[in-house]
Amino acid sequence: MTTTQTTPEITGNRIKKYLEKGKRFDGRALDEFRNIQIETGVSKNAEGSARVKLGKTEVLVGVKMDVGTPYPDSPNKGNLMVTAELLPLSSPRFENGPPKFPAIELGRVLDRCVRESHFIDIEKLCIKEGEKVWTVFIDVYSLNDDGNLLDAAGIGIIAALKDARIPKYDEETEKVLYGELSDANIPLSKNIPLSLTIHKIGKEFVVDPTREEEDVGETRVTIGSSNGKISSMQKGEEQKLTIEEMGKVLDINDKVWKDVFKKIEGQLK
Amino acid sequence: MAIKREDGRKVDEIRPISAKVGIIPNADGSAMYQSGKTIAIAAVYGPREHHPRNQRNPAKGTLRCDYNMLSFSVTERIRPGPNRRATEISKITEWALAPVVMLEDYPGMVVDVHIHMTQADAGTRCAGINAAAMALAHAGIPMKNIVSSIAIGKLDKTIVADLNKHEEDFEEGEGATDIPITMTPDGEITHIQLDGTIDKEQLKEAIEMARKVSKEIYEVQKKALKDVGEGK
Repeated sequence: MTTTQTTPEITGNRIKKYLEKGKRFDGRALDEFRNIQIETGVSKNAEGSARVKLGKTEVLVGVKMDVGTPYPDSPNKGNLMVTAELLPLSSPRFENGPPKFPAIELGRVLDRCVRESHFIDIEKLCIKEGEKVWTVFIDVYSLNDDGNLLDAAGIGIIAALKDARIPKYDEETEKVLYGELSDANIPLSKNIPLSLTIHKIGKEFVVDPTREEEDVGETRVTIGSSNGKISSMQKGEEQKLTIEEMGKVLDINDKVWKDVFKKIEGQLK
Repeated sequence: MAIKREDGRKVDEIRPISAKVGIIPNADGSAMYQSGKTIAIAAVYGPREHHPRNQRNPAKGTLRCDYNMLSFSVTERIRPGPNRRATEISKITEWALAPVVMLEDYPGMVVDVHIHMTQADAGTRCAGINAAAMALAHAGIPMKNIVSSIAIGKLDKTIVADLNKHEEDFEEGEGATDIPITMTPDGEITHIQLDGTIDKEQLKEAIEMARKVSKEIYEVQKKALKDVGEGK
């Protein structure tokens, strides 16, 4: 009943030694994802929802919509908001209270991935220019953290958005008729923006780390891209990267993007 | 007099229920409880060191519950994070479970129970308590028994079991009365709340109905725990 808060150094050293020989504890290749399982429509009151399992890591993503006023600098565009909560239910490490940095970063990195890729055609979410537009709320919750919540959440967001139906809206009373969904999907582009994170552990580059592996990583780069076009990026943690290493990261992203897309393509409706 | 329920249930008929134990690998114990369209998940961590220190009880371990609804679990999005309602239900849940949980051997420690609604259609506190009871048992926390919770309701003048959201909003006649009740399998009440209007005789009738249907829930909880014990 005792719970480990961090991965001990001795395990970390062993992980790094293994990686130098191109091996991982669970037998995967360094650029190989765990099994990905996607289930949509898992929360019926949400406009769209998805549960994604990445090995033992699990997230729940829901989409809700509301009508509000557009921002003054984008009067003909809908609004988008991505938030994340790392639930204490999902790990002995997470605590209640206001969101801490990891949850804020997760929400913001994936917000930029969705926004900058123009996956959602937000101009079509305008009801009346300058006055009324749809806001899309995407909320991410962790259910079990065994590493790489970020990429799991990215996949969950895509699945939940594709699952979503816009609620009916009564123009006269200016009210959203919650619980009554129209047949209309959220207008989405065909180019799916996958957010993938490449971690540097010791001297090696690894994707989809387990909790232990993620603990001993020194730096990471999250890339949001679609068909070879990068639309968002963020480097995390303190260790530096050389230009050559950055090039390697981008090459890994290209290859892993194709692998992951192949794994999820059939599961996305 | 006879009330027709919109989903065709008999007055003492609860919604279809299902339960599963061991849904969160990281947790020491976990469970899902579904009643109709309401789905609750619960995870238990502990006994572990109690923080903050000043809340430690040197006499026995502390049971700490926290209940929350996911933002998209209801038709109109709720702001993520705790609110006054959730804070109250968290405490109610602790009180509903405390009588059967034996933490005498864990002074200064805490058992955390995290409960979340992933989909809500009334009766969420009861679903949460049912999930939490299974999760505690799954975590191997010493318990005298498990508890089972059900909301008994009154629609106008008729006592019915397990109101759904549509029925909760019933406005005809005396309207809807909501009476969530938690019991041990021996019929001891560990929690009861009431919202609405009802006389003493009918309240007794409601409690009797709770005793009857909580046994059905108990059997489902027991089976889910047995299944996970047998590796099913």
